[in-house]
This record gives sequence, structure tokens and C-alpha cells, in this order.
Amino acid sequence: MAQNAEHVLDHVELFRGPEYQQMLANKKKMFENSRDPAEVERIREWSKTPEYREKNFAREALTINPAKACQPLGAVFASVGFEGTLPFVHGSQGCVAYYRSHLSRHFKEPSSCVSSSMTEDAAVFGGLNNMTDGLANSYNMYKPKMIAVSTTCMAEVIGDDLNAFIKTSKEKGSVPQDFDVPFAHTPAFVGSHITGYDNALKGILEHFWDGKAGTAPKLERVPNEKINFIGGFDGYTVGNTREIKRIFDLMDVRYTILADNSDVFDTPTDGEFRMYDGGTTLEDAANAVHAKATISAQQWCTEKTLAFIAGHGQEVLAFNHPVGVSATDDLLMALSRITGKEIPEALARERGRLVDAMADSSAHIHGKKFAIYGDPDLCYGLTAFLLELGAEPVHVLSTNGNKAWEHKMQALFASSPFGRNCHAYPGRDLWHMRSLLFTEPVDFLIGNTHGKYLERDTSTPLIRIGFPIFDRHHHHRSPVWGYQGGMNVLVKILDKIFDEIDRKTSVAGTDYSFDIIR
Amino acid sequence: MSFARTESIEEIKARNKDIIQEVLTVYPEKTAKRRAKHLNVHEAGKADCGVKSNLKSIPGVMTIRGCAYAGSKGVVWGPIKDMIHISHGPVGCGQYSWGSRRNYYAGTTGIDTFVTLQFTSDFQEKDIVFGGDKKLVKLIDELQELFPLNNGITIQSECPIGLIGDDIEAVSKAKSKEYGGKTIVPVRCEGFRGVSQSLGHHIANDAVRDWIFDRLTPEKTRFEPSPYDVAIIGDYNISGDAWSSRILLEEMGLRVIAQWSGDGSLAELEATPKAKLNILHCYRSMNYISRHMEEKFGIPWCEYNFFGPSKIAESLRKIAGYFDDRIKEGAERVIVKYQPLVDAVVAKYRPRLEGKTVMLFVGGLRPRHVIGAYEDLGMEVVGTGYEFGHNDDYQRTAQHYVKDGTLIYDDVNGYEFERFVEKMQPDLVGSGIKEKYVFQKMGVPFRQMHSWDYSGPYHGYDGFPIFARDMDMAINSPVWRKTKAPWKAVAEARLLAAE
Repeated sequence: MAQNAEHVLDHVELFRGPEYQQMLANKKKMFENSRDPAEVERIREWSKTPEYREKNFAREALTINPAKACQPLGAVFASVGFEGTLPFVHGSQGCVAYYRSHLSRHFKEPSSCVSSSMTEDAAVFGGLNNMTDGLANSYNMYKPKMIAVSTTCMAEVIGDDLNAFIKTSKEKGSVPQDFDVPFAHTPAFVGSHITGYDNALKGILEHFWDGKAGTAPKLERVPNEKINFIGGFDGYTVGNTREIKRIFDLMDVRYTILADNSDVFDTPTDGEFRMYDGGTTLEDAANAVHAKATISAQQWCTEKTLAFIAGHGQEVLAFNHPVGVSATDDLLMALSRITGKEIPEALARERGRLVDAMADSSAHIHGKKFAIYGDPDLCYGLTAFLLELGAEPVHVLSTNGNKAWEHKMQALFASSPFGRNCHAYPGRDLWHMRSLLFTEPVDFLIGNTHGKYLERDTSTPLIRIGFPIFDRHHHHRSPVWGYQGGMNVLVKILDKIFDEIDRKTSVAGTDYSFDIIR
Repeated sequence: MSFARTESIEEIKARNKDIIQEVLTVYPEKTAKRRAKHLNVHEAGKADCGVKSNLKSIPGVMTIRGCAYAGSKGVVWGPIKDMIHISHGPVGCGQYSWGSRRNYYAGTTGIDTFVTLQFTSDFQEKDIVFGGDKKLVKLIDELQELFPLNNGITIQSECPIGLIGDDIEAVSKAKSKEYGGKTIVPVRCEGFRGVSQSLGHHIANDAVRDWIFDRLTPEKTRFEPSPYDVAIIGDYNISGDAWSSRILLEEMGLRVIAQWSGDGSLAELEATPKAKLNILHCYRSMNYISRHMEEKFGIPWCEYNFFGPSKIAESLRKIAGYFDDRIKEGAERVIVKYQPLVDAVVAKYRPRLEGKTVMLFVGGLRPRHVIGAYEDLGMEVVGTGYEFGHNDDYQRTAQHYVKDGTLIYDDVNGYEFERFVEKMQPDLVGSGIKEKYVFQKMGVPFRQMHSWDYSGPYHGYDGFPIFARDMDMAINSPVWRKTKAPWKAVAEARLLAAE
């Protein structure tokens, strides 16, 4: 018996003990009808080959370990960025449990969202009653300032009409007539979580700007000097949004962050649970129509939203996850151009510090090969920074990236001598990535928590950047945008590079390369 | 801070009834009426907890429940390690349940074991319009090509499959025939079916019956029985729970021929009808198949509880009661062997935990089963409820576990749970990830009692020290003394003094 009250062994050590190892071996041998170990090894080796890669890439129906989630997750993520807003997902309830868990596991924060809990009867008769009762219950219990409705695949398959349902519910007195209930159709079988973010944000702006579903006059745009900023679906929303606010303040730019969920995913522990915290005020959301311009940090997250905003006469501008020097330069210069404000010396000095850090460390990164996966904008932003660092982003894979993304990525590769042998893989998944890592190995992998199996299988060290990050804590609190964010990403990459050198050279009996100074 | 020690039982009951009444005032009338049936104060001697259960959740409240897909794929089928489980439909359901339940297993992932992979048909709009059966056919071919060592396949249907009328049963039969009788199991666990994950468990059990047991052939069941063969049913091996349970059963002389479903394999499912006894941990999720095996194969089943030394010893003796003296002696030997460990754990942790109160809200069996383990440490469970329990769960709870005056809340929602905890002020809340951070923000120590908060195992004698340590670290963590800023604490004290 290995267990001990004074030194409690948990699963990490307990099952490594001989009695458990013996038990597992016996189970396997006697009861599992397991495969011959030689056969397992043969298939494992085969799965690393170019032949396997070819079969793997020929897949048409099967998706394995996709790096994307479904629309309503993005809708919930965007909705909680508005003051006092309760996301209400119309459809079956299990989905909401999943969105809440998923967001909580990444941010280590509560995630509030309700469902209309549709079941078999709603599948047959439609979910109108669920909407009517649901809105009334949420309104009474959770005292929101706004309820933002989105859908699951169930409600979409049976064709529930949100506009009509909300109207009818209001007539039945579920919520006051003038209570804000914006909505978006977010079927899970179209696009991904970034599409849902886009649809929900557009739905909310449309509600305020275009006459609240026919119940109020459309807003007349009276241009002012403010700038709207949209972060997009971003696992670093807490750190990034605050960094963007700091930059805007330093530049003395008046701004509105649209869908600012940085506070609701970062509430203090002080004895109080804040179901709603921070967020774009509803007044600001409405007044955002008057802004001079809208800047999105993520092009593929805001395609419809930006088109909608442009249609109201504003200049719109999209970046691709501005990570690194040039991307931040471009962002600041665009801001300066649009607002007429100068870029302050303080930011120029920050820039210089990031360049200084890159000069100090680039020798360790130069020529190293990377594989990257994640949302299309994140992939683009990280790739651009790696090219600045003299690294080679050999495989860049985005399950929810499309043809347009692929072309833009290829153009980015072509812009740098370090991008010569690099390829973009739209619509592919992490099992494709596995084949890429075996057949064309790289030095490091950048991606979310799910990459840890790739790290183990292929021995490619994983640098965790992306969403979700479940197995490391608090990364989302630090920005990856701006010069400061670039510094964070640089340190993250360098730490892994140095850890790897240490790991490889930490061999008792040798005393070379295990250096104190680097 | 415990009310229990300063109030009489009648006072506690009256207070708890008031708390329920107060919470109900927030609802519209119709909703209040419905919710009132799910909330109660337990009266000792009653046959059940006096609450309605297994009814639809109310729209628009923050129910903690999941869906049938979560019950089938996430709980029952997902942990079967050598089969590939297809999340059939859009990408989300599989994505969110990917690797999140910590069903430990031993094997070579991606080659002969597949639990922590996410296989999906990733439905697109055209699949909704034209149906997904053809895609499923092709997908199974691709699986066979890329994962030749898989021992079987299940098709876990998501919401759209039932709504668009796909015939996954026909696909299963055709592909099974094509691949020489390969086990391919269609599971109709669309998320809109039923009121919670509970129906998903039942549907999954029925799929085992129809697509595994009803298709057993002499070739599949070539298994040499022994008189001491048992199967562990309803242990999902969360962080190795089933292993710290199995080791005790083997030490007492039994032979565990199958684990359901944590670290389980298709061969074990197929061998189970030859067991002499099915021992059932999670009654809720697997009583159906246990009853079926009793009826069809004559295998008796008994429930057991491996949380905390009192219940472990009781359960070992109960299991041994089905066998001869050799096993009975074995049970006593095991109990004696681990007694010094139990004594040391209780000596170390009980003084730190004595008198502390706990409120639980979990699924399956835990709202009742862990009560004994808390009591072994001198703690008291003052409120409990089930996410997806049925009346027979509440009967078991009333008859064997909860004390007079315990607050009972079925399908509690976020609003109710927060108010209850605010009013009851327990020293610890045990629930899931969605509840964890809410209560920690409130300054209430918390443990996730679905996943053991990434710790564990909690089952068996090897699990008990981990359980005790975790409860101690949660309740007595120094962080809880930091929740109030000192200058604010001083200001509050002054305010109080001034009043």
C-alpha cells in the first residue's frame, strides 16, 4: 500500500506504483482483448509516414480534433460584453451548460447564460412558449438591462423565427415593450464561434441603430470624433482590452470599446459575486453609430459587423490580431491618421523596448521552425510576429480559416524570406497537424491546450497561445497585443526555447551546454 | 460558521422553510408554483425527500443541467476506450465535451485507444438540407482506414440528427455487415430528448442492450468464468476512481472481469453477462442495464459506496455477502489492512474539519454517496440536491443518508443556489465548474465534485486521504482570510459599532 496520510499521493503518483501497474497489466492481458503490442507499434509507426499523411489529407467526411467551436459560444462571448446583459440561448439546454463550462474553464471565472430549455414538445410545436416564459423568468430573476438572444442548431433546424417570437413575447408581457432584446440567428452548422461573435455583435448594433426591431425610429448618424474598437473572439480579451484602453488613453483618443467583456471575465474575489460587471453601456452601444470610425482587431471575426457599420457611413478598418512591432505600428498609425492625434513618445519608447528585446534575443529564435494553429486572425498575427523575429512559421493551420484567409496567409509568407517554405492550411484539423508534424517536423508548436497531445505524440514542444487554455492558469490576464503584448509573446516563446535547451542538456555526467548565462 | 450547532432542529427546519419561501418570491407566479415542488426541508422518517424530480427545467432560469447527448457520449459511452465515438452533427457538442471529464484510461491514444480524441461529422448547412447518412457512411470508411485497430464504433447523435430524420440505425447495420460484423452502435441521444442528461444514460444503456448484448455470438463470449467474477458498473474512473476501487475488490479475492465504463473496453462489455454479480456504483446512470442483466442473464446486482471508510467497509461486507467465506474473510482482511491508514487520515484531518458544514449539488450518486465521507471527517451536509435525480434517488437519499432538517433542492438553478448559500453560510460548497467561481467570489470555499477539481481519485481507501486533504485545503486555505481588504474590514467594523 503506497498511500500515506502524511504524504498523500494523488493520481499523479498513486497509479505509477507497482501494485497499480500490475493491476492494469493484468486487466489488459486478461479482459481487454487488447491488440498485440507489436501491432500497436507497427500502426503507430505507420501513422507517422507520408503514406498515412496522404490518406489523412484525403479525408472528406471525418473531422478529428477540430480547432473551432460552434456559433452560439461566440454569441455568448460577445453578448456579455454589454452592460448588464444576460445571454439567452434559444434551443436545447445542454448547449448552454457547455458554453458556460467552456468559458469558465478558460477564464477561471463564472459565466452566466440562460437557455430556453426546449425539449421534444418544442421540437414538434416550436419554441414560442419557451421564449415567452423564458424571457419572463430571466427578466424577473436576473434583473438584466438587456437580454441578448441567440440560437442553437435545434431552434434553427425547426426554423423558429426570433423576431416574431420576441415580438409576441413582449405582447404577452414577458418583458416591457421597450426592454432591449436584440437577437441573432447562430446555427451551429454554419461557420464557427467567430461567426457567432460576428452575428451577435451585428445583431446588437442593428437593434440599437436600426430602430429596435421596428419599435423606434432609426438613429440618425451625427458624426463625432470618437473611435469604436472591436476586439473579436479572443482568449486574451481581459489583458488585450485593457492594453488597448491604455494605448487609446495614452494617445488621448476618445473611444468606445464595443462588446467589452474584459471586466465580466475578471471579477475580484472580495465576498461578492458580480453576475454583470463592466461592459459597453447600452447608451454607448447606441451612440457608437455616430463615431468617426470603427477599428476591429480581427477581420474574420467581424466581417458582417464591419460591413453593417460601413453601411452607416463610418470608416471601418480591420486588423488581424495585432501582435508584434509592425502590426502595432500599423494600428497606431491608423489611429493617428483617423483621429489626427500624434503617437506619443511614451509609445515610441515602448516600441523601442520591444525592438531592444528582439535584438537581445533574436539569436535564439532566428531560423527556428514553428507550427501554429488557431483562429484565422490569431494565426495571422502570430505568424507576422514570427517572421519579424526571423523564425519560420512552416505550418499554419486554421480549422475555421477559409480560402480568403489562405490567400492572405500566403501573401504574408511571400513578404518575407523566412516565409519561403511556409504553408497555410484552411479547414484542416489537429489530426492533419499531427501528420504535418511527423512528416515535416518543426522545432516548436504554438496553439491551445489541445496541442498537448500533439506535443506528446510528436515530441514538438508546445507554446500555449490561443483559446482554450485549460491546463495553464491566468495567461488571459496578460495582453498579446501592442508592444507590451509583443513582449509577453516573445518571453513566452523564449522561455520554452530555453526550457527545451535545459531539458535536453540536463544529463548527469555531462557538464556542457547546461548554461547559466544566455 | 455553522448554524447547526447553535440552533435546535425545529429552528433549523423553520429557518430553512423560510429561506425557500423567500427565494420563491422572485419568480412570476406560474414559475414559483412549479419551483416550489422541487424545494423542501427533509423530515426524518419520510420515505423520500418530498421533492418532485426528473421534470422539465424552467425556460430562462440558469439550470445547471446538461442534455441527453452529455449523458450518453459524455458519461456512458465516451469512456469505452477501444471504440471510436462519433459526435454526429455540428462541431460544438463534441468540442465542449472533449477531454473534460477526466475518465482515465490506459492505452495508446490515437492508435488502439481513443477517449481523448474528438471525432465529429462537423455538420454543415448542406448536411442539414440533404441529410447526413451519406456522410456518415463515408466517415466510417475513413475511420476504418485511419484507425484500423479500433474495436468498434458508436454514433452519438446530436440535436439535428433526429430533427432531419436521418436513419443512423440503417447506416450502422449496413456498415457492420460490410465490415464483417463489426460492432457499430447508433445512439439516439439528441440533446432535446428528455429533461436532462438522465435520459441520455438510459438511451445509452438501451443501446448496450440492443447492439451489444443482443448481438453476442459464441465467438465473442469465449470467456473462462470463475466463481468470483464481478463487474464494476457505473464507475467512470474519474481520475482513476475505478482503479482505486478495483484494487480492493481484487485484494478481497474477487475477479473484476469488466469496468463500466471508465477504462472499459468492448471485450469487457461483452464479457459482463458472465459475471456472478454486478456491483453498481452510479445507480442513476446504469441501473437500467443492471436490471436488464438480472432479468435476462440472472445476474444479481448490488449498489455500493466507496466514499469514506465507513461506507467502504459497509460496502465491502455487503459485496462479500454474495459470496462464500473465502471472500467474506477477504473483505475483513482488506478492512483491517487499511484501518491504520484510515486512522491516520482521520487523526490528521478530523480536528481541522470537525463541525464544518457542507452544501452539495451534483449529479448521479454524489449528492448522497459522499455524505458518509464528510461524516467520517466530522463534517455535516446541511443541503443537497440532484441535477438529474429521479424519485428513487431521493428515496435512497432519505432512507440512508440525509439528516432531519436538511435543505433539499432538485434541479437548483443559479439564482436559488446563490441565495441558499448566502442564507445558510456553509463552510464548503461542492458542485461543478459553472458554480465554482460564483461561490469563490463570494468567499465560500469550493470543491468541484464532478471532476474532483482535477485532483482524485476519491474512491476507495487510497482515495479517502486525497478527499480529506482536498476538503482541508479548500476550507482552511489562507486565501479566504484575504477576501476583505483590511481597510474595508475596518470601515465595516466601525459602521457596525456606530449602529
